[in-house]
Order: sequence, then C-alpha cells, then structure tokens
Amino acid sequence: MARIPVQFTLNGQEKAEFIESGATLLNVLRDRMGDTSPKGGCQQGTCGACSVIIDGELRLSCLTLAETCEGATIETAGGLANGSELHPIQQAIVDGFATQCGFCAPGMVMAIKVLLDAKPAPSREDVVEAISGNVCRCTGYEPIIQAVLSVSRSNSQQAV
Amino acid sequence: MEIRSEYFADERPETLHEIGQSRPRDDAPGHVTGKTGFFADRTFPDLLHLKMVRSPHHHALIKSIDTSEAERHPGVIRVITAKDVPHNLYTILILIQVGPEDETVLADKKVSWKGEAVVAVVATSERAAHEAAAKVKVDYEVLPAVFDMEEALKPGAPEVNPHHPGNYYEYDSGDHRKVRYGNIEEGFAMADHILEQTYSSSPIEQAPTETTGCIVAPEGNDRFTCYTNTQAMFFTLDNTSIILEMPGHKLHMVGGTVGGGFGGKVDVIVEPIAILAARLTGKPVSFIYSREEEMQISSPRAAEKIVIRDGVMNDGRLVARKVTGYTDAGAYSRHSPYGAQKGAAHYPGPYTVPNVWIDTYCVYTNRTPSSAMRGFGVTIADFALEVQMDKLARLIDMDPLEFRFINAYRDGDIKAHRQPTEGAALIECMQEASKVANWPVAEKYMAMSSAKREI
Ligand code: FES
Ligand code: FES
Repeated sequence: MARIPVQFTLNGQEKAEFIESGATLLNVLRDRMGDTSPKGGCQQGTCGACSVIIDGELRLSCLTLAETCEGATIETAGGLANGSELHPIQQAIVDGFATQCGFCAPGMVMAIKVLLDAKPAPSREDVVEAISGNVCRCTGYEPIIQAVLSVSRSNSQQAV
Repeated sequence: MEIRSEYFADERPETLHEIGQSRPRDDAPGHVTGKTGFFADRTFPDLLHLKMVRSPHHHALIKSIDTSEAERHPGVIRVITAKDVPHNLYTILILIQVGPEDETVLADKKVSWKGEAVVAVVATSERAAHEAAAKVKVDYEVLPAVFDMEEALKPGAPEVNPHHPGNYYEYDSGDHRKVRYGNIEEGFAMADHILEQTYSSSPIEQAPTETTGCIVAPEGNDRFTCYTNTQAMFFTLDNTSIILEMPGHKLHMVGGTVGGGFGGKVDVIVEPIAILAARLTGKPVSFIYSREEEMQISSPRAAEKIVIRDGVMNDGRLVARKVTGYTDAGAYSRHSPYGAQKGAAHYPGPYTVPNVWIDTYCVYTNRTPSSAMRGFGVTIADFALEVQMDKLARLIDMDPLEFRFINAYRDGDIKAHRQPTEGAALIECMQEASKVANWPVAEKYMAMSSAKREI
C-alpha cells in the first residue's frame, strides 16, 4: 500500500513519519511514535479514551486520519506533566481518587484541559457537558467532576 | 474517611495505622500521565492480527467450511479451524473439578449461540484479517433454538449442548442445588401471611472501557509470552495448557493493569487461540476484541429468574422462605454452574429464618454464554430478596427497616447451609444507616447488637 509522509508537532516535538494512507492518528501515535497515552476503547468514536488536542480542539484520534494532521500541533496526556511534576488537572484527579482502572484517564484529562483552557471557572453543568463524551466505567463520574471543580476553585484563588 | 469507633469498640485495637486513613493510590500518577502499561501498549515488528469468523445463527449444524478464498486474500498468513486445535474441548472450572468439558475453542460440528467462534483468520493487518474473514464460507443447517429457561427445561426442547442432556447442569445433588433447613411445610402452616413473587433479570454486559485481548510473542524454543488483560491469570495459564497440550513452562503469561474487568475478563477466550496462532505462524499475534465483540460476544452476567415464597408472622418474624432460582448459562457452562451454586448458599440472605428450602438450577439456552460479573450468583438474588423484604413489610404494615432488624442474622445463628454466623455487622450497619438517612427506628432496635441476642 502507498505510504505517505506526514509531519506534525507532538507535545512540543517535531515528528515526521511515513504512514499508510487511511491510518488513524490513534494508531500512528501509539504504534509509530511510541505515545501510548491515548487509548483505544472502541475505535469508533464512542468512548473518548483516545481523546487528544489538535490545534487547541478536543478530537477523537480514532476517527482522525493521521494524514489530515499535516502541520498540526497535537497534545496528548503523555505530554502534559512538566517532568515529574503533574499538571494541576492530573494532580487533582490523583488527589480526588478520580481514577481507578486508569483506562479513561488520559482521554478524560484532555477533555478537562480543553474545558479549563477556555473557561477556568466552569459550572458543574459545564464540567458534565465537557466530559460527556468520555466513558468511565469505574468511578461513577462524581469524583472526576469534583476534581475538576477543585482545580477551578484553585484557579480562581490564584486569580484573586 | 471516618471510623464510627463506637461500634465493636472492644474488638478493635487502638493501634490501627491504615484502616480509616485515606491513602493516595500509587498507580494513579501513571494513569493520568498515560504511563501505566496496559497489555496493548506494546507493539512488535511483524505483528499479525487475528479476527474471528462467528456464527450468524443461534443454533445450527456446520455442514462444511471453505476457507480457500480467505487463504488467498492478500496479507493472510494462516486460517485456523477446529482441526488445528490440539484439545478442542474445554471448560474453565475443570481446574477445580467442575466439569464436564463442554465448549469448543473453534466450533466443528455445530454452533449453539449467535457469535460462537468458528474460524480464526490471521493476517498482516487488521483490515486484511477482516476482509478475509468475510470470505470464509460456512454452510449451516439451521436448528430450532430455545431462549427461555423454562422452555429449555421442558421435555422435547431443542438440545442446546450435547454435554448437558435436558439442558440443565447435573450437580452431584442432581438437576439442581438444594438447601434444606428446618421444616418448610410447618413454617408455611404457622405463618400469618404467605407471599410468593417472581423476579427476573436480563443479562448485563460488564462493558469495560478496555476491551478483552492479548498479544502473544514467540520466544523461540516453542515458548510463548502472552501479554493479556485477563483477570484470572492461572485459569488462563492452566486452561491454555490443557487446550494446546503444552506444559505450563512453555507459556509465559504476563498480566498488568486491567482497563476494567468487572468479571468480564475472567473467562479464557482469547489467549489459547492467539497462542496457537503465534505457534502456527512463528510470529507475534494480537487478538483484541472490537467494541462490538466486547458487547455482543464476551460473556455477560447471567439472566436469572427467582421465585420467592415467604411465610411471615404479624409480629414481623420470617418463619419460612422457599426459593427457586434459575440461572441462564447460555450455551456453555463457563462460570454459571458455580454462580447458581453460590446463589443456593446465599439464600435466604442475611436473615435468620428457621425453615428454608432452596432449589437453584443452572439452565442451558441458545443465548450468549454467561459468566462472572461482580458478585454473580448473589447480586440479583439480593435484589430479589430485598424487594421481597419491602413487600413483606408492607404486607404486615411494618416499617421496612424495623422488619429487617427483627430478622437480621446475629453471631452464632446457624445459617440454612449449616455454617454458624460469625462477624455479623448487619445490625450495626442498619443502625448507622438509620441515622445518616434520617430514617428513625424504635429505640429497642438501636439497642440491638450483632454479637448477642437480647433476652
Ligand atoms: S477509541 Fe476513540 S472514541 Fe473510543
Ligand atoms: S477509571 Fe476505569 S474507566 Fe475510568
């Protein structure tokens, strides 16, 4: 099958790869670029475990063809921490017991990041809406919602 | 978190360091950074992909299988059928002597549920495996199917599984599990009221976020490493060893973090065939359920039907409880004979009843095989029992919580299956629930204790 070149920025690093036309971004990130933080829970756009941020927008990498990401800036949960220092969203999930099996967490974290980047002090309804595309079978969602609200509370304290 | 230290104060040392403390999970930082290793977070050069050809019928004889066109499809490395499986008959719990072996890894003569595995196609890409699977031709003769447990138990019903004549699991106690305690007829004779109700449940899919799967890498020397998300590593190792007729030291099972299981990953389904594929091709092989397979193929919690007949006195005492439980195993046993047996041991629930009669049946139908899920065998039983308790309380015009206090088991009570009760805490849990739910009960119930009966 014909291979095509693709270049994009992944978590601040330039990446270039020859890929099969039709390959999903999820498979290219995981199998070709070694970033296994996006997870494949359904491969059909229904679970959100593969969520990544492309040019500032939340996207399902299982439904995104890698070849459409030419020149894009892509962020994944694997690039969010600053060295060994967790991002505040990640820390809040750890502190709030908001992850159990962990499979949904990388996608969940990205959905939350997009929300908080746009709206540092969201309402509970905003949080529910923002994570509504991310399935979690373990936590029952409430600890996740509480974790997001705790980040937003510390955001607003910092703003004061 | 807070410990209600007034309960069982005399049983608890003052030196507890961990109980009652909140501790961070040490796996959580790995989860949120995506660094936690799940089985599928690895790839191998030359990785092959396995896709299953499945039965489109609920019940059918296999007349012939033609794989020739699939074998010629570009990218296909190997097509596997029943004759390639060394010991193509198994049942998971044979390891603890719960037989007979009743299920094929790949169907040879007939299929007994819609979705049953028939042919495995191994190819260089998922896409090629999919396309080739569609080219496998299986000629079926459709048989009548049965989906209802009571229909399945009737004489003349279609035989779902030749290893289970009559469509029930044959226990050493006969066609069902039995618990007999006291004298059930006397209990009903003395009762002020008798209430019989029937409860039914549907199968429930565990729906873990990560689907069932494994990746197998040949190590050379006919030894294989299997990276799997099984919840039951030793079931998997030992059953694979039986099915593939390979000694255990040739099978290196590597587990790890499981992306949700809830019992859905306790069966041994993907590993034997994936290891066989790796053995036949000499290449690493990945067999991962699609979301559709996870929902349709992996075994759900069994459907159950439960008939409860209770005798109760006007003062609130339960004096007789008769339960007939049916567990729908689907076409094969997996963990369901064990589930039905657990149900038998679990009734009459956390209550002390002097006269008890329990019959539980494990029934075969042409539905998806059921198996483990969170407390299987007792979860639906508890649903039925507690709804029944509410109805009984209403019948005798009593507060439903006080009704439960009257019947709650206490330390030293002999259960219907003859084990003495130890470490009971139902009374104390209900006392605390009464407070936090602001559902007050009479003072005498708040003075009760699980440790002793008031005279
Ligand atoms: S894997 Fe992309 S939404 Fe489920
Ligand atoms: S923590 Fe298991 S799916 Fe969310």
